[in-house]
Amino acid sequence: MKGFAIEAEGLVKTYPKGVRALDGVTLAVEAGTIFGLLGPNGAGKSTTVKILTTLSRPDEGRAVVAGHDVVRSPDRVRRAIGVVGQKAGVDPDATGRENIGLQGDFYGIPRRELRARVDELLARFGLAEAAGRLVRTYSGGMQRKLDVAMGLVHRPEVLFLDEPTTGLDPEARADMWSEIERLAGEGVTVLLTTHYLEEADRLASQLAIVDRGRIVAEGTPEELKSSLRGDTLVFELAEAPRNGHAVHALDAVAGVREAALDGRVLRARADEGARSVPAAIGALEAAGLVVTAATVARPSLDDVYLRHAGRTFHEAEEETTR
Amino acid sequence: MMLALRHTRSLAIRQLLALWRQPWFVAITLVQPMIWLLLFGALFKRVVDIPGFHGHSYLTFLTPGVVTMSALFSAGWHGMGLINAMDRGILDRFLVAPVSRGAMIAGSLVHSAVVILIQSLVIVGVAFAAGARFSASAVVIMLVVPLLLGGAITALSDALALVARQEETLIGAVQFVALPLTFLSSGMMAPNLLPGWIHDIARFNPVNWTVVALRAVSSSNADWSAFGIRTALLVGLLAVASVVSTRAFGAYQRSV
Repeated sequence: MKGFAIEAEGLVKTYPKGVRALDGVTLAVEAGTIFGLLGPNGAGKSTTVKILTTLSRPDEGRAVVAGHDVVRSPDRVRRAIGVVGQKAGVDPDATGRENIGLQGDFYGIPRRELRARVDELLARFGLAEAAGRLVRTYSGGMQRKLDVAMGLVHRPEVLFLDEPTTGLDPEARADMWSEIERLAGEGVTVLLTTHYLEEADRLASQLAIVDRGRIVAEGTPEELKSSLRGDTLVFELAEAPRNGHAVHALDAVAGVREAALDGRVLRARADEGARSVPAAIGALEAAGLVVTAATVARPSLDDVYLRHAGRTFHEAEEETTR
Repeated sequence: MMLALRHTRSLAIRQLLALWRQPWFVAITLVQPMIWLLLFGALFKRVVDIPGFHGHSYLTFLTPGVVTMSALFSAGWHGMGLINAMDRGILDRFLVAPVSRGAMIAGSLVHSAVVILIQSLVIVGVAFAAGARFSASAVVIMLVVPLLLGGAITALSDALALVARQEETLIGAVQFVALPLTFLSSGMMAPNLLPGWIHDIARFNPVNWTVVALRAVSSSNADWSAFGIRTALLVGLLAVASVVSTRAFGAYQRSV
């Protein structure tokens, strides 16, 4: 039992325009684990990270990171954490080597030691050859790697990764995933925010689902998924039904519950999915709907999200980008 | 303390390296002062003939004014770099590292001072080549005192960048403030020939303090008390501006 690297209690943050970004966020991250903060854009993930990394102050609540209070001793917190923000934060007009070197200067790493550390990080992230090139010539994936390398220069106890794979191509994303797993293997505590369900599922040992400034569910990915009894049924309809009768028709089938509609896609839960499919299709067709596809799946985090936030992840994303 | 010095040095070097890689940027900022010095200077060459204008060469008279104006504009635009750093997430990265806000402003001041010094050297050199004449002490003072004004304006420009967080505001502020401040001073015209109301306003204008300080020691009968007072005022302004801009980081952090 190593204790907690991050503890936050009742964080509230309201922005000047009256937008309540956080509405009482409480979380605890065990040292040496990867903790995933999952939610759509605008749910409050970044605000949480800003407060935990001392960039922003909470209006209410308190947080302790690496044993120090973020409001009372921000400088001690800063020395113990590494931060990879949502915006790259790399200087495009400097070389990769200069970027990491400047970051090392901030922590007062002795010069000789810093030189060795910079070389080590450049090699580790496959940037040794590009080290002397201006960062503006780097690909998106290389910039992200440099960004993480900069966050690690002082060997932080706790690393914050705010959407580290957003905008990366699949190959670069897979690279980043293995790098993050490797870090956790080295004992670094990682707080990762993401709006990719598969990313949270793959990397995080503990997860919190954030929606509208609150944590709506928490646990291991397995716990969250098994908290949903049974399987997920997904029916694609030929056209979007205009009223609620599709949902009612499905709910009326024995063993099927929690039906919800998202455009042409109808989802529900069933104790024994495969067995309920014929009856469900029958009920839908009796209601005058044409089913074009039906799938039965084990619960995914998407289903967990739907259950706790009352809407699909996709809908929530649309809402915030509108 | 040693660490704060290392931060200042590293942050200044970061900005100077970027400048070193785009030297044309310095050249572009020199276009305006050259126009003032060579074209405006030639156009108003005979101003010295106006009764009450003491001096023989308008170019010699104008050079301190152009050096000051160049420092003012160069410093006024300084906040643009900070807005750029904000947009890229670089500033946030600095703010979550254990770097003191004072060191960040000090880094800006060092960077700005180097740029202004290079510009002033070129302006004084070109003026000399075009026939202006200065004493050695006048040259030294022309290179040093504008750094005080430049420092104060750099700090205020950074402060405005941190509070407003958008380029438009900074552009507007520079356009609205810098040229009027230049004309509400004795930069281009002998103080005893300024209209009364401009003369009155000029007493409170830091640009005028700089120009007066430079001219006070450029003639053979140097007025060291006039120089001392204006220099002290500029030092005071620099101190206040540095405190304001250090505080402005707090305003920025409250809004992110």
